[in-house]
Amino acid sequence: MNKYQPVIGLEVHVELNTKSKMFCRCSADYFGKEPNTHTCPVCLGLPGALPYINQQAIDDCIKIGLALNCQIAEKSLFERKNYFYPDLPKGYQISQYRWPLCTNGKLMIDDGKIIRINRVHQEEDTGKLTHTKDGTLIDFNRSGVPLVEIVTEPDFTNVEEVREYAKKLQQLFRYLDVSNADMERGDMRLEANVSVKRQAAEGPLLRHEASEPRQRRGESELPNYRVELKNINSFRFMVAAIEHEIKRQITEIEAGKKLTQETRGWNEDKKCTYLQRSKEEAHDYRYFPEPDLPELILNPKKIQQIKSSLPELPWDKAKRYQNEFGIKKADAKILSESKEVAEFFEEAVEHGKKHQVAPQDIANYIVNQKPDITSVLPTQAVEEIKGKKVGVIEDLKELEKLAKKSMEENQKALEDYKKGKTEAIQVLIGGVMKISSGKADSRKVKEVLEKLLKSK
Amino acid sequence: MQKSKLQIKNQNLTELTLTETLRALEEKQFSLEELNKNYLERIEKYNPQLNAYLHINQDNKKIPAAIKDVISTRGVPTTASSKVLQGYIPPYDSTVINRLLENGISIIGKTNCDEFAMGGSGENSAYGPTKNPWDINKVSGGSSSGSAVAVAADLCVFALGSDTGGSVRQPASFTGIVGLKPSYGRVSRYGLIAMASSLDQIGPMTKSVEDAALVLDWISGEDGYDSNCINSKFQITNNKLQQGVKGLTIGMPKEYFGVGLDPKVEKVIKDAIKKLEELGGETIEISLPHSQYALAAYYVIVPSEVSSNMARYDGIRFGKDRESIGQEVKRRIMLGTYSLSSGYWEDYYAKAAKVRALIKQDFEKAFANVDIIVGPVSPTVAWNLGEKMDDPLTMYLSDIYTISANLAGIPGLSVPCGSSDGLPVGLQILGKQWDEETILRVGYAYEQVTGWHNKKPKLDL
Repeated sequence: MNKYQPVIGLEVHVELNTKSKMFCRCSADYFGKEPNTHTCPVCLGLPGALPYINQQAIDDCIKIGLALNCQIAEKSLFERKNYFYPDLPKGYQISQYRWPLCTNGKLMIDDGKIIRINRVHQEEDTGKLTHTKDGTLIDFNRSGVPLVEIVTEPDFTNVEEVREYAKKLQQLFRYLDVSNADMERGDMRLEANVSVKRQAAEGPLLRHEASEPRQRRGESELPNYRVELKNINSFRFMVAAIEHEIKRQITEIEAGKKLTQETRGWNEDKKCTYLQRSKEEAHDYRYFPEPDLPELILNPKKIQQIKSSLPELPWDKAKRYQNEFGIKKADAKILSESKEVAEFFEEAVEHGKKHQVAPQDIANYIVNQKPDITSVLPTQAVEEIKGKKVGVIEDLKELEKLAKKSMEENQKALEDYKKGKTEAIQVLIGGVMKISSGKADSRKVKEVLEKLLKSK
Repeated sequence: MQKSKLQIKNQNLTELTLTETLRALEEKQFSLEELNKNYLERIEKYNPQLNAYLHINQDNKKIPAAIKDVISTRGVPTTASSKVLQGYIPPYDSTVINRLLENGISIIGKTNCDEFAMGGSGENSAYGPTKNPWDINKVSGGSSSGSAVAVAADLCVFALGSDTGGSVRQPASFTGIVGLKPSYGRVSRYGLIAMASSLDQIGPMTKSVEDAALVLDWISGEDGYDSNCINSKFQITNNKLQQGVKGLTIGMPKEYFGVGLDPKVEKVIKDAIKKLEELGGETIEISLPHSQYALAAYYVIVPSEVSSNMARYDGIRFGKDRESIGQEVKRRIMLGTYSLSSGYWEDYYAKAAKVRALIKQDFEKAFANVDIIVGPVSPTVAWNLGEKMDDPLTMYLSDIYTISANLAGIPGLSVPCGSSDGLPVGLQILGKQWDEETILRVGYAYEQVTGWHNKKPKLDL
């Protein structure tokens, strides 16, 4: 099978977490709210209503573009994407097509491979349909929520790369604080374009390759078809769908069939993709510049301002942890995974300096102990690490001695435990910690106590 | 302004202009109740034949204005004269309505128009044509037909219309009233049911130029809802309005006096221009070389935007389904869908946009040498009802002198300047973008010395 190489491109939609919607003053915080309560003439598409740009959304889109090393357009336009669907009240979506905000970016994934970003553009979300046995219901709370679309070049050759890229984007959105990027809630959605080509220097051209090759951005030897996987609302399903699709396409090619452009969905029950729309049924969106909105003029000063407001990005942090603190690569990646953990780590490192606690020790502590960073302070972490260093009690015999002493001193807790009040064990653990002046390893103490209590 | 008491003894109070009405009310010469009673009586008497109003507010309290039915009014039916919106009652007011309400105006009725403002005769309404009060067998012009007729027949103090290619100016010209299309972006379109969004503009239709200036003052300005209406407040002092024509250079585009212009209309227009010269203006001939392409560009851009703007009337949310849409609207949806289609975009929409830029440039060049541009509003006076209904192209050609101003985004004023065969003729005065002041000033000077705007149709219906 590996004489074929998958060619995959990804489109990621992310809903921004702005206060108001893209083109009106309605709250964009729609999730779980009573249907059709976050609506107004604009997002309901009532006759005469007009869009009015939410500048925060534009800034957020530029942030994403800058973080992905895109060029930011000096002049950008919104366009109308015309199509009929009941969740689209105006009969068109305000989107971008010929003049997107950001183009030509790139993102490096872990093995050093660069995924080229074709564009990052701004658009609006649609309403939501709920199909019931009595009919279809429309909720317009989501209509007009700002959405950013990030489109890659067809640079992925396997599902692993897709997975990693998507995770990286999710991390980025959270770092930039532009979206919750929660897949389950639909904050972040994926669409994949999948085709396969024969590996270079092998055999004659496939039938579909023999005809005009599709030229995209100077890329040669791309298959002249692609299958769009759409409306797949979970990350796991998307991965499964891509894997299935690659196999299906190879089987088709092997059978001498010609593949064509089409849109396919995912059937989770049957674990296979299925045809949704063939090329002949493809939409003609009849894009044209949105006449209700002026051209976006982005002056370099403003872009520079946004650029300097960007936080240090996770991959830059990971690199810095390695270079500056000598942290192991794998640990550096874990530490920079979320902004919160990274902040915790950095504060702890700062504090650690005063107490001769090395960054790698802190890293080990965070990676292995996984402390609850919402309740433990970085300074406490450093104290704990330091304390351990001078003599943490891990020896089981020693701990057993301490445990017995604690049981003697806390007869009431012991009785309670015997009566079935298992939470009484906490009192006994506390006793051990007190007797040992906090040097006992709390996890092991619990194990030892449980063992003793059961044997009684 | 002179402060002597307004003389209205021998005049019906429905003949008063807005400015006069305001003064008379201030002087307590009559009450708002009396004012409304008089207007409602006239409406009851004449509207059945004229068909200017689709909806009448019998309970009107403030100074009565007539509003074109494409302008959304909260709680008041707004159909755009289409069956597809029959029964639709907007839950919100347009910005212009809010502004009028703030200034002591209320809505006496919603006026008939061509369906979704598409048409130049008023005959495309799903609720029957509006009739011209000067001759009941003639069209009123369009698309703001009902608003024009309501003003001309004294069925309101003033009206609002909308102008995408001449829809305020042309019916104003056909009915002998004043019509102003402001610069694009001067007045918020929020609440205006869109025809062609990049060209639509709401404008006053009034009994005098002074009234038009006042109404524009009220309705203009940024509202935070129309992104193309920024820093757009218009204000004019009486001093400025009364500055006269002296010292102004007036351009006469040769393209506006060529083939197709009715010689009798031409004579009326030339006489009017002579009057402006007598008032101290200096006329020079100018050229707007791309005028000949304006109509073609307009009829690509407009249908393109129409095809998209009409998509929401899909039968899911509003009363009737698409079968109830009229011929002209369907025609434009088809044309626009075609010209935006993949493979045709470059040849149609993109090219039309280029022509539009050239037309804009024509005006910029011309306005480097002149202060205003004058010419006819329409090549003819009002024609017979039904005359052009089977020939959309001829109908389109009647917009030839008005559409360029929309493509260029500049303001245009229609001022009554005489008649031909007993039907009113309007003089069109075009200005630089954002320079409504100069065209209003010229219009004001002109009507002060001619008084054409005081002529009323004989309504012996």
